[in-house]
Amino acid sequence: MTTASKTATSRLPDVIGAEHVSSNATDLSAYAIDQKLPSVIVRPGSTEEVVEIVKYAATEKLALIASGARTKIGIGSPPARYDIALDMTRLNRIIAYDPGDLTLSVEAGVPLQKVAAALAVHRQFLPLAAPFFDRATVGGTIASGVDTPLRQFYGTARDYVLGMEFVSGEGVRSKSGGNVVKNVTGYDLHKLMIGSLGTLGVITRLNFKTFPMPAASRGFVATFETLDRAFKMRNCVAQSPLTPMTFDLLSPRVADIFSSQRAGQLTSSTMPAGVFSSGQWALAIGYSGKDNVLLRYEAELRRMAAESSAAAVIVLEDRDRAAAFAFKREFIPIALESSPAATIVKISVLSARLKDALSGAIKAAQLPWAAMARSLGVIFFALLPPDLSQASHRQLASTTDQILAAGGLLGANVTIPWCPSEWKSALKIWGPERHDLAQMQKVKKVFDPLCIFSPGRFMGGI
Amino acid sequence: MDSRLLQDLKKLLGSEAVLHEPEDLMLYEYDGSVEVARPNCVVFPRTKEHIVGLVEIANRHKTPIVGRGAGTGLSGGALARRGGILAIFSKMNRILEVDVENQRAIVQPGVVNADLSAAVAHTGLHFAPDPSSQKACTIGGNVSENSGGPHTLAYGVTTNHVLELEMVLPTGELIRIGSSALDSPGYDLPGLFVGSEGTLGLLTEITVKLTRLPESVKTLLAIFDTLDDTTETVVDITARGITPAACEMLDGYTLRAVEAYVHAGFPIDSAAVLLIDVDGVREGVESQAEEVAEICRAHHAREVRVAKDSRERDLLWKGRKNAFGAVGRLSTTYYVQDGVIPRTKLPATLRRITEISERYGFPIGNIFHAGDGNLHPLILFDARDERQLKRVIAAADEIIQFCIEMGGSITGEHGVGMEKDRLMPLLFSEADLDLMRGVRDAFNPTGLLNPEKIFPNKKGCGEIHIRPLPVAGVSVT
Repeated sequence: MTTASKTATSRLPDVIGAEHVSSNATDLSAYAIDQKLPSVIVRPGSTEEVVEIVKYAATEKLALIASGARTKIGIGSPPARYDIALDMTRLNRIIAYDPGDLTLSVEAGVPLQKVAAALAVHRQFLPLAAPFFDRATVGGTIASGVDTPLRQFYGTARDYVLGMEFVSGEGVRSKSGGNVVKNVTGYDLHKLMIGSLGTLGVITRLNFKTFPMPAASRGFVATFETLDRAFKMRNCVAQSPLTPMTFDLLSPRVADIFSSQRAGQLTSSTMPAGVFSSGQWALAIGYSGKDNVLLRYEAELRRMAAESSAAAVIVLEDRDRAAAFAFKREFIPIALESSPAATIVKISVLSARLKDALSGAIKAAQLPWAAMARSLGVIFFALLPPDLSQASHRQLASTTDQILAAGGLLGANVTIPWCPSEWKSALKIWGPERHDLAQMQKVKKVFDPLCIFSPGRFMGGI
Repeated sequence: MDSRLLQDLKKLLGSEAVLHEPEDLMLYEYDGSVEVARPNCVVFPRTKEHIVGLVEIANRHKTPIVGRGAGTGLSGGALARRGGILAIFSKMNRILEVDVENQRAIVQPGVVNADLSAAVAHTGLHFAPDPSSQKACTIGGNVSENSGGPHTLAYGVTTNHVLELEMVLPTGELIRIGSSALDSPGYDLPGLFVGSEGTLGLLTEITVKLTRLPESVKTLLAIFDTLDDTTETVVDITARGITPAACEMLDGYTLRAVEAYVHAGFPIDSAAVLLIDVDGVREGVESQAEEVAEICRAHHAREVRVAKDSRERDLLWKGRKNAFGAVGRLSTTYYVQDGVIPRTKLPATLRRITEISERYGFPIGNIFHAGDGNLHPLILFDARDERQLKRVIAAADEIIQFCIEMGGSITGEHGVGMEKDRLMPLLFSEADLDLMRGVRDAFNPTGLLNPEKIFPNKKGCGEIHIRPLPVAGVSVT
């Protein structure tokens, strides 16, 4: 932080009141991004206050990075500048919830858990079962663009966000979409906000479609000696009429990292015994419905598992099912904590090439690794170096380069959402340069012409 | 018509692909809405190089250019509001690639919606968005308008099925956005471009998801004696967390027109029916159908029929999908709206529409996507009478005003186009609209591509332009 930035930010208490502004050194360190500290933390309590702060930042040309619980703040390039940390957690109200219409409107800083609790009263939910679930906010989850195991059935946020309100880089309060389940009025600007890492606007309010909870749910886990057998079953399920809610493949090491004490803390659950076995691939499938539907799924899955030479199968109900789901949901946080230099490579690929993409990554890996692959074509490949040494860095860089090259041949999208700050600038975290980058730059210029939002954090230096 | 422009167009496309005689142009001044705008010339490009060339010519001659598929649109989106070149994509209608394993297809924008589903039917896949005009409308048009349809209740609208787009920007650049693989890194540009109503680029290739056909489908026809019972049933189905694949409502007025036209066995003496599809795995469909039937009966359904076989099912759906055409037989003209309301407000809104119909003295037929609260009131009137037209617009505005008061929106799937631009300030502030205009101008800086659509003219906003109207039933809707 520069002296100029300090002087400029010192006037922020006049903008929103001193009690919501802090420049205390301990506080600031909690808001560091890739070791860069802000000059000040501001905690607005309303959209109006966000507008005032953004206007102030625009006038003073101060770089502003909005955050919620900061669980995923590490995603993206290191910030080029960072003056104001805009903490959105005071904007934490559920503004409107119409269970009869299955629509919901919330402020950006509302915790995922608070939303889940409010919806559960009406036996509804939001399919945002995102990692860091116990702490994350809705706004941060959307802005970071993380997916969830439930995307197999419910899609990603772009499929159920109905509208948003946000503040643009010139401090203008804007909105797009609406709060009805079907709407084509105006441009869908809110879709641009999803996964934009706060580079286009400060999201202040979000509208969602909610979903009824299924009558009952089960988990089915089949374990396999080899990747080939696991894929044999995966292909059977994918080609069947079954429409599971979740459908993920977990690599042999996942059983080990799931059994750590830290994993239990991160999921607030205990993994039931005998679900995942060390050294085995596991296919974890969630399905829902009434009794006769559940029986059909179980029968078919058991048959397919047997035909694919599964080593063991287990059907999970109630608390055990919820626990296994929580571990899957928290795969990324668990992986991140299982190595001092954990790096997550995300490989999105056409579903018929999933096995090739996964095999390619395994072949490239020069370090311990664990993987979770969503059947519809997304792999989270966690590289788990033993330390932050030069040697580990070299092995990691070489591994990710090879995965990138192999992914390119398969038409995959390869990015590195998580890696140690120290290594970030040396890794191609956004993958190869994209042909549509110029169009993204046009969008950025409209939303944030002064480049005050999260400068440098997005693809191509945006 | 500028002869040098005409010369350039003919040189690019061949003279047989360029129309400019008034009697030819007349055919292209309409779409499925009541809007009218005549282009200066109509062209039929065949390749993406033609599109690049057309944009170059439009820029050189500073003349507007508008893309158009089958012209079934319902908001004037593909009309040449400022004249200029109307580029019809009907000759760019090849399915370029079908990847069954990965459930993807790459199509040219002029491919007819139903043709894609028909082409892949033998693989057990289909293209899920199913606008009622699907036998005529093009996928390029669907992408531009973000079209819906009855089955979008469960399967989502067009934007949920589009992965990658290739297009020519008004600046002449040929670009690709998104990717065939999931999670294209960076901003969700396809999310912005789908539904931008042809104001940002001219599509040349579209990569869509194909969806597996369900194992089992059941079609129910629930027959009611009052409108209130019908709408309350929809409220109850929604509130109980049942998501049918489709949940359509046809009121008695439209039913009678449809039955006379299609002979699908709709009960002509009822107040309204619900046409409901439930689908999925066999076991789930059985119990869900039973559950839906019970809810209907609890709300005094006179009868709940289940289609015996696919023939009966197809006939019921044929009735639904041809309903606008059927209503066209009752009146010289209709004005159809597309407002959306929260599902809980259906009973109140239908009552208000009935009241407005009685007060203005216009019959209003209601045939719509009840399951997602997307209304389609069809106001029947005689376009030859100028006074009627004014009153129709006043009645329609009252309906839209009510939708907005209920927390709804002005269009669920038909688009804003040139029909509803004046209504945009009812939903969006000038700041909201300015940001959207900023996005448009970033991609369409000279405004030559599909000008004066979606966003109201800053000066003229709020004015209602009186136009001559087409005769109903000219388009397949």
